[in-house]
Parts: sequence; C-alpha cells; structure tokens
Amino acid sequence: MFIKTLTKGITISTLLVGVAAPHAMAQTLQLTVTNLTQGIYFTPILATAHDSQYHLFQSGMVASPELQAMAEGGDIAGLATIADSIQAISAANPAGGLLQPATSTSATLENVEAGSVLSLTAMILPSNDGFVGLDSWPIPTEPGTYTLHLNAYDAGTEANDEVLVAGAGGAPGTPGMPGIPGDFAGMNASGVTSEEPTQVVHIHRGNLGDTNSEGGVSDVDSRIHRWLNPVARLTVVVE
Amino acid sequence: MKLTSLVLPVGAALLLAGCPGDNDNDPVVIITPPPAMMAFEISVTNLTSAQPMSPVAAYLHDGSVNGWRFGMPASVALEELAEGGDGNAWLTMAQDNGAYSQASGDGILMPGAQQTVNIEMLATQGLHLTLATMLVNTNDAFAGVDGRTLADLAVNQSFTMTLPVYDAGTEANSELAATIPGPAGGGAGFDSNRDDVDYVARHGGVVSLDDGYAQSALLSLHRFDAPVARLSVTRTR
Repeated sequence: MFIKTLTKGITISTLLVGVAAPHAMAQTLQLTVTNLTQGIYFTPILATAHDSQYHLFQSGMVASPELQAMAEGGDIAGLATIADSIQAISAANPAGGLLQPATSTSATLENVEAGSVLSLTAMILPSNDGFVGLDSWPIPTEPGTYTLHLNAYDAGTEANDEVLVAGAGGAPGTPGMPGIPGDFAGMNASGVTSEEPTQVVHIHRGNLGDTNSEGGVSDVDSRIHRWLNPVARLTVVVE
Repeated sequence: MKLTSLVLPVGAALLLAGCPGDNDNDPVVIITPPPAMMAFEISVTNLTSAQPMSPVAAYLHDGSVNGWRFGMPASVALEELAEGGDGNAWLTMAQDNGAYSQASGDGILMPGAQQTVNIEMLATQGLHLTLATMLVNTNDAFAGVDGRTLADLAVNQSFTMTLPVYDAGTEANSELAATIPGPAGGGAGFDSNRDDVDYVARHGGVVSLDDGYAQSALLSLHRFDAPVARLSVTRTR
C-alpha cells in the first residue's frame, strides 16, 4: 500500500541523502498534456518523475489522503510535498489552474535521473473523485517523442452522487462535487447514489448525468459531461 | 470503390539504337523505367453496435493538409461530413489545399462490416493519410485519423490501428430525431447553424432514451464506446 511504501521510502531516501553520488546520467523531458474531452475540465496537474519504488497511486490500492485531496478537491499540495520528499522532479500546476476541454499545457522536467518513472494526476470536473492518471511509466533512455493516452480513474474515496456542493464538496470526506465549470451546471439534484462500492482506485465508470438542470438525480448534464477513455494525451519528448 | 486519383500514364520509353563503333547488328536496348507508383489498400472496420458509418473519405498528402485541428473550429466541409455524412466537400477542400490523391468508399459502412478504398499515385516521399467517416446515428460524431505517416511502409507491409471518435463541435448533441440523419432519426444532416462548443474534441458518447433522455431518438443499441473503428493500411505497390 502507498502509505507503507512511502514511509519506508522516506526512511530510505533520508538515509541515502548524504551518500548519493552525482547522477550518472540526467534526462530532460518536455511534456505536453492535452485534455481530449469536449466538456470535462482538469484541475491543477501534477507531473512527476520519480524513483520506481514509489507510486502516486495504484489501481486496486486504497488512495492515500493526499491522493484523496487531489481527487475530491483538486488540491495537489499534499502529493507535491510527497514528491519533493522523495527527490522527485515535478511540474506542479503547469496550466496555472483549470485545463479547459480540448486544450493543452506544457512543462519541462530537468535533471531527471535515468531509470526514473513518470506519474501524473489531475482531478476531472465535474466528478466526485475522478482523476486523470498515469502511474509509473518507465521513462525510456532512448531520446525521442513518445505518446501516451491516459484514462480517467475513480479514487474510490467518495460516492459518485453527482450533486454540486460548491466549494465544500471538494473537502476530503465531504460528499458532493466542488464545482461544475462552464455553462451547464445543474442544481437541486437528489443524488445518483450514496455508496462507493469499490473503495480502491479503479477506472472511473463515467458520469451518469441527466437532462434536468433544476433537479433530477444529477447536477451534471448527460449530454455534456460524459466522457470516453482516453481523456488525455501525454506527449513526452525525451532529450 | 471509387478512384478519383489521377493515374499518370505508365509509358515506358523504349529506345532502340545501334551501338556506335560496333560492326555487328545487335541492338542495344535502353529502357527508360516507368514512373514509380505507390498503391495503398485502406480498410476500415466498423466496430460499433448500431452506428452505420458514412462512405469512408480518405486522402494522401505531404503532412500539411489537415482534415481538422484538435481544439479548433471544424471547417464547414468537415461539418458537412460530420453532420450529414457527405465527405465530398471535405475531399475537394483537401485537393484544393494540395492533397495528392483521394478516394471515397462505396456506400454505407454497416456495423460489423469492412469497407476498402484503394489509392494509387506517383511514388512520393513523406506521404500521410487523413481519413474520416461519420457515425450517422449521431448529431456530429465522426471517426478518423489525421496525418498518419505512411512513409514507414514498405511494399507488402501493413499496419493496423483503432480509430477514436470525435465530436465536430458544430451541432449540439440533442439526439433529437430531426437532427439525426441516420436511420434512428431520419432527420436532417448538415445544418450550417453552429450551436455547440465550436471546437473539435473527443466525443463523450450518446445518452439515449434508454438511459433517461426522454427526447432522444436513440436507443441503448446506438450507444458506443471508444474505439469505434479499426483501420488497416497495406502498401500494395
């Protein structure tokens, strides 16, 4: 599990700080993230190149509190702190806020140690605890341009009720969605469900939504706020 | 299948000449090789449940003749393809923009079926393929690929890839019968009015009556997931 791994990892990395040799080989990565969806927004992105013994998240594993904060409220501060603590090379919030549908943002990761892996997370809105994710892609040593397609995950930490609770819905453990950017936010939904049947990270089943903007079961619009995987393209230029 | 590309005459100049300074009568034959040709067999398989696809429209170009630009407004020609299934204007636009050669499929590509178009042209380096087809039981969904290089294909080599589904962004996904040109709606196709986001992005799928959208002309069987088609390209010459 992530927490245990992290704890162990911090200990190890702390021990190694004093004796680490200069990196034999460093790489520079040019990243471009494209939001492929028509109507879904990405909250601040965290892209990080790190040692392969760590994970920001893993399918089938319980989300860490830091991952939960990202997935439910778009807050990457906790994950970024973890990344820093393991000497990862990170780009935090390259888009400077929301990454709009069908737009791209870029970031450069310098001095990445050869043999590192690349991970990425960003909450998707509207959702309760959905995020676009990449877990530990082995960064090639061969220079070139690599294209990855990323899927939408569910952190497994909150029921997908699809009820807009502006702001407060982003607090970990608080039901509801924190925001619905754009012009199609509904209100007064009764809630799709109150249960999260799978409390580990898994592929998101997608939004249900409805076509009633003033009631119904969901505050998301089924014609606007659904998606099909993949939801993002990540282009990595290894220099 | 319709071949609209121009096939240049394959004329081999044959020159017969006596060899100078040579006393016998053996002729020396000088053959000017015919212009080298390339030919591609382009097949699309419809992977959906109940989304017939409009005749596959395909063209070859040097990589600069985009069929669309992700995140940007669709051309009117692409809108005609994506809303009404008519790729003629789109192919004409490509030709006007410098595409080398093009072809369109013969009739509707039904779910589960495969449609093949062939394109033959003078051998050229740096060829790219752009291709599109509408999912006709939608407002403005299309499958396709834009600018896939063919330069790495040797004769008799092929590649296969799946195609994502795009939303042209030119017509709201109302799913109303009057706006769905396919058999599920029997409505109008192209409408120059733009009442959607006005950028090309990936499609989020259709909702359908069965999934709670009371006004939808679509049923559960018209839903789709990505990918929606498979593309195979073989270089035959």
